[in-house]
Amino acid sequence: MSIILDKVNHIYSPGTAYEIQALKDVNLKIEDGQFIGIIGHTGSGKSTLIQHLNGLMKATSGAIYFHGKDIYDEDFDLRELRNRVGLVFQYPEHQLFETTIFDDVCFGPKNQGLSKEEAGLRAFEALRNVGMPEELYYQSPFDLSGGQKRRVAIAGVLAMKPEVLILDEPTAGLDPAGRDEILDLVARMHRERGITVILVSHSMEDVAKYVQRIVVMNRGSVMYDGTPKEVFRHYKELEAVGLAAPQVTYLMNELKAYGLKVDTDATTIAEARASLLEALTGIDSQKNDFHR
Amino acid sequence: MGIIKAKQLVHEYIRRDEEGNVESIQTALDHVDLDVEPGQFIAILGHNGSGKSTLAKHINALLTPTEGSLWVNGMDVSEEQNVLPVRQTAGMVFQNPDNQIIASVVEEDVGFGPENIGVPTEEIWQRVEESLKSVGMLEYRTHSPNKLSGGQKQRVAIAGVVAMQPKCIVFDEPTAMLDPNGRKEVIRTAHELNQKKGVTVILITHYMEEVVDADRVIVMDQGKVVMQGTPREIFSQVGKLKEYRLDVPQITILADLLRQSGLDIPVGVLTREELVGHILRLAQVEPPAK
Repeated sequence: MSIILDKVNHIYSPGTAYEIQALKDVNLKIEDGQFIGIIGHTGSGKSTLIQHLNGLMKATSGAIYFHGKDIYDEDFDLRELRNRVGLVFQYPEHQLFETTIFDDVCFGPKNQGLSKEEAGLRAFEALRNVGMPEELYYQSPFDLSGGQKRRVAIAGVLAMKPEVLILDEPTAGLDPAGRDEILDLVARMHRERGITVILVSHSMEDVAKYVQRIVVMNRGSVMYDGTPKEVFRHYKELEAVGLAAPQVTYLMNELKAYGLKVDTDATTIAEARASLLEALTGIDSQKNDFHR
Repeated sequence: MGIIKAKQLVHEYIRRDEEGNVESIQTALDHVDLDVEPGQFIAILGHNGSGKSTLAKHINALLTPTEGSLWVNGMDVSEEQNVLPVRQTAGMVFQNPDNQIIASVVEEDVGFGPENIGVPTEEIWQRVEESLKSVGMLEYRTHSPNKLSGGQKQRVAIAGVVAMQPKCIVFDEPTAMLDPNGRKEVIRTAHELNQKKGVTVILITHYMEEVVDADRVIVMDQGKVVMQGTPREIFSQVGKLKEYRLDVPQITILADLLRQSGLDIPVGVLTREELVGHILRLAQVEPPAK
């Protein structure tokens, strides 16, 4: 079971002076249960790409298969696809509109055709999952802080019980603790529920810390697709297209250039620490041997 | 007197019901004292809702104090006749470049501000050219802003502020929506304006890495200034920052962990260069003279 993109192209305003090819022959296979990061400079096609995954945008050419079925088939149920592939937009808190937090989260499941009771149960579960204190459920969502509003918006999508959760820069504008809270929440949903998560992010550090696989978009094409280690090995090429590697990757590469035996594949603080301790204490013991 | 000075500044957001009765009062700024010298580069950190943006909006006279005072270049922002001069002294750059760009050609967008205050045409073009140059966007002067990257758009927005020749620019999370390159471009531009033109910079951000080159860091929590010092002084206090929902740069965390594992590395390492230096010293490798 998976989502497969086969030579997907998307052209905005075709045939006009404003024609832009936003996606160019994109081939991707998204397996069930993966935690994928999508990175790319502004305008590289990330947001266009993810809006194809739940059928919000239609490819100009190419095919998309959801669990083996062509989503552009006439008898394919796009509504069902959108129920199963949940999309959290950038700044999702701008889409809150109900008078209470609880009603806002109920909106999605009600729209799916669930009864009031069933929708309520879903809303309770989703709000609990995002760690919203129960005494706030019947307050206006507009009185919450930025990070909390965003959690309500994410709960609204979780309440629809998607199999795939796509988040477009869910941490933009949040303080460091808020960033960690949102990403830890998403990681927990992935771990405990086994849902597929696709995270669009501008933070290389966050991507390195959380995801199993990174897809790098550049000018509408997939430039790299691999584990964080494989992708960040190309840090020089990434810089050339407006991206970067995590800070520690640069550190390790600099040290290596000075002749230290360190692991240049380290992409997280924990990995860098382990490698540095080994390299430094290793060098110490060799030196002691020499003096003996 | 500094270019920006706050004395016991209080701001309350008051919510009223339909009959005008007070429903709730939220204190966003709680007796803030601040003194910024001309030419300084100041960074303000604080979690969402800590009062950073409320403070920033006072510097631009978008908000006025409920109690206490704030002076911009000696002008009290509470006085009606000072509003326009204050806004010409302190410019502001916001988070989303798309909300700040109005014209369909880059140079017209940059010229909008000066034209609005009646600068003679010839001087407008001079200012446009100079400000686009100072943000490194001169070659795009006849382009449409729509086709620019996020970082480039934000630099056009900055040029629009620079064209007003402000003494001070407040950047309110200018990099929150940008990719890594865009972030670098914008922060570099802010430093260049500070160093080359002597513009006082107030940078509000959630990215700890962007703060390491500031002259002074101010940490806000619940409307109060709770920490103040050089980046090194501030980032040496990891535990305290975490309590305020903040963080330290990745390199500082790594250096801290290495020290806790017994390596001889001092507290408050801020940059990659510093950490490389310490590790080379421990490994007894001579860094080659550059």
